[in-house]
Amino acid sequence: MSRKIKLEINGKPVEAEEDTTILNAAKAAGIEIPTLCYNEKMEPYGACRICVVEITKDNRTRHVASCAYPVEEGLKVRTNTDKIKKMRKTLLELMLPLAPNSGPLLSLAGINLEGETSLREKEHAIAQVVSTEKYGAEENRFKADPTDCILCGLCVRYCATIKKANAVTFVGRGTERRIAFVPEIAPYECPSCQQCYSLCVGGKITEAESQDALSMPITQKKLPKPKIPFGVTV
Amino acid sequence: MKITSREDLEKLRKEIIAKREPSRPIISVCVSTGCVALGAPKVMETLKTELKNRGLDGKVEIKETGCLGFCEQGPRLIIYPEEICYYKVKPEDIQEVVSKTILKKQIVERLLYTDPTTGKKAQKLEDMPFYKYQVRHLLENNSRIDPRNIEDYIALGGYSALAKALFKLTPEQVIDEVKKSNLRGRGGAGFSAGLKWEITRNALGEPKYVIGNCDQGDPGAFMDRSLMEGNPHSILEGFIIGAYAIGAHEGYVYVREEYPLAVRNITTAIEQAEEYGLLGENVIGSGFSFRAKVYRGAGAFVSGEETSLMSAIEGRAGESRQRPPYPAVKGLWGKPTNINNVKTWANIPIIILRGAEWFRDIGTKGSSGTMIFSLVGKVNNTGLVEVPMGITLRDLIYKIGGGIRGGKRFKAVQTGGPSGGFIPEEYLGLPVDFDELAKVGSMMGSGGMVVMDEDACMVDMARFFIDFLLQESCGKCTPCREGLRTLSKTLNRICEGKGEDEDVETIKDIVETMKETSLCQLGITAVNPILTSQKYFKDEWEQHIKEKRCPAKVCKSLIAYYINPEKCQGCLICFRNCPVKAISGEAGIVHVIDQEKCIRCGVCFQECPFDSVEKFSPPTPPIARSGIKVKRLTKK
Repeated sequence: MSRKIKLEINGKPVEAEEDTTILNAAKAAGIEIPTLCYNEKMEPYGACRICVVEITKDNRTRHVASCAYPVEEGLKVRTNTDKIKKMRKTLLELMLPLAPNSGPLLSLAGINLEGETSLREKEHAIAQVVSTEKYGAEENRFKADPTDCILCGLCVRYCATIKKANAVTFVGRGTERRIAFVPEIAPYECPSCQQCYSLCVGGKITEAESQDALSMPITQKKLPKPKIPFGVTV
Repeated sequence: MKITSREDLEKLRKEIIAKREPSRPIISVCVSTGCVALGAPKVMETLKTELKNRGLDGKVEIKETGCLGFCEQGPRLIIYPEEICYYKVKPEDIQEVVSKTILKKQIVERLLYTDPTTGKKAQKLEDMPFYKYQVRHLLENNSRIDPRNIEDYIALGGYSALAKALFKLTPEQVIDEVKKSNLRGRGGAGFSAGLKWEITRNALGEPKYVIGNCDQGDPGAFMDRSLMEGNPHSILEGFIIGAYAIGAHEGYVYVREEYPLAVRNITTAIEQAEEYGLLGENVIGSGFSFRAKVYRGAGAFVSGEETSLMSAIEGRAGESRQRPPYPAVKGLWGKPTNINNVKTWANIPIIILRGAEWFRDIGTKGSSGTMIFSLVGKVNNTGLVEVPMGITLRDLIYKIGGGIRGGKRFKAVQTGGPSGGFIPEEYLGLPVDFDELAKVGSMMGSGGMVVMDEDACMVDMARFFIDFLLQESCGKCTPCREGLRTLSKTLNRICEGKGEDEDVETIKDIVETMKETSLCQLGITAVNPILTSQKYFKDEWEQHIKEKRCPAKVCKSLIAYYINPEKCQGCLICFRNCPVKAISGEAGIVHVIDQEKCIRCGVCFQECPFDSVEKFSPPTPPIARSGIKVKRLTKK
């Protein structure tokens, strides 16, 4: 039988199983922490960092990703300080230009889409169930080429660890990082599977299918680059 | 031969020493990367032929050794037993060296190092200011050891620490000694090495692994590779002792493929140690077995991060993963793994032999021992320096480094590699140790030290390092990948004179988010250059953003070149060299730069023999009238 760990989340005493993450302990205690790249069926990945929380242990306070950090005896956790809210807002603002139509992102950002009849509205409807938290993120604060992908890796990890098909993978490094369907596998596996469709946060996977792209590797979604002039000229 | 007992090792050592005549001259030639680039192989070849021609074969020994640190003065020779050091040696000097120094014991004055400040010649290492203030425990033997000859290392007492650990100490006692020495990890984070060993030893799971980190990707840093190239056995000995203490039977030395000499020397060292029974099955007959393998890294900066490095050894892309679990608990292939920088490993034999007390007496209370820095940038003496922890930045830069080049003014020093902070003049008195550097917003890192003079633009410097880190980010987590991308765009825009007031807020938000939420140290520390640049050089940021000027005259979009009509001699040199034909003029008539056409490449500035081309950042002078006759300078 595993040991019970006592910790404190937002001032509330919480008891959790050893080896549980802060995220799951909070969930069990009815405390909401937003997530994007997390899925309970898979190992925590810690890429989107939206689940950041503040922990205090031995008088040392720092921020960690709650999806991957294990509970520790006597740990004091705060999940919603002003600083955390601000950092989540910045993270959302960094991700929004990548996936401007993403339901979960728009929902967390708290962007009101009523009256829009596009794909965004449809996505928005789904997004309502994602979170009650709103972080007031601005949609166009930062610029990036929209790829409809926030590189959460859910499709890649699902396909590798659960489906064990490895039909979709990461290619490239740093800002060149993107997902691609493996041409030798995807055309055979994907049409009959489609299990990663519902996982996709950014919307790239469904878009890929609608473009009939599963028969070839997706390199870059074809969208015109936004031509926004940078700054003022001297 | 296989060494099967402690006595065997001592016997071998005596035999090696007995074979050597102490009076026989030894010419030690540095064949490390720096000296090789400066022509050491040609010097070596000439030396061999010269000795042969004079029938001195076998009477004079040539030793191909590693780096002693003063690379800019290479190629370097040291002649033992007199310890005469010659610098900037060319093949044509060899004849004189052999005929005078080897045969007649005379000194070739012109090959000695001249102290540029006093004009004095230095015969021995310790006479040179560059070496006088160093305390060299790790690098000392580099000039006496052929890194590809294990007997050289054994002759100087090598592997006696290993024998002591195996036969006199229990693994727990070894860990205790390392803990007591207060040795902190030389890779940069400065975690107690002994404590890390203990955690790994006590962690559940078998087998356990040890890793030596020689990835080192900082621009302008070469301490790890030089140590690996010059004295691989010292690293290997520490490595085996560590494996014994931790209870590991397998280890990896991770070396960048880009360091071919380091790869070659450590591979040879491992082969020789196995051959001598110092590695492999039943080490020195103690019953302890340990295998070490070299893993050649594909050269990604992020792979220096421990989780990323392990991921690379496992055969996957070098991407970081979340800690905890720490490698000590769950590392390579999910097993407890102890990973240390190669400089940390090289300190181990010294600690075991001379004791924790002795080691703790060097350095400061919080950081004991010595540290190797690669001192580069705008100092007179650049190279590898080994100093006791706690030396002040001022001593490092002015005493060892010989001050700033060209009599210019010191502006900042960046410690700890590309993600270290810039430390301004007011902190030059700061003692260099792990905690003090962190207090001013920089870090020890693995020992990079870049000195900048008054000509450096601190906004441009921050931009440069952010661009470097952007190239090197693995791209896994949002704050590092997207944060660096946005920061790079913003900083480049500011350097182009298109900065806006809200950029300050943008940078602040991203920097704060990256620092707190990034997955690994690359993203967390990436913000140090910006933070310290903004903190200590606030004016420069305001001048760039608000006034659109670059006070150091570095940022191309914010500067302009003008020809001073008082100085121009109408020589047409700049006119001919300008790649865009932006300069008008004829012989004897003052030249004028067309600001519309000028691309600010700076060629005219470099080429003008009369220093008549001047750089301006606003306010710029009025454009000179064309057709003015030059004022001839009177010859002095």
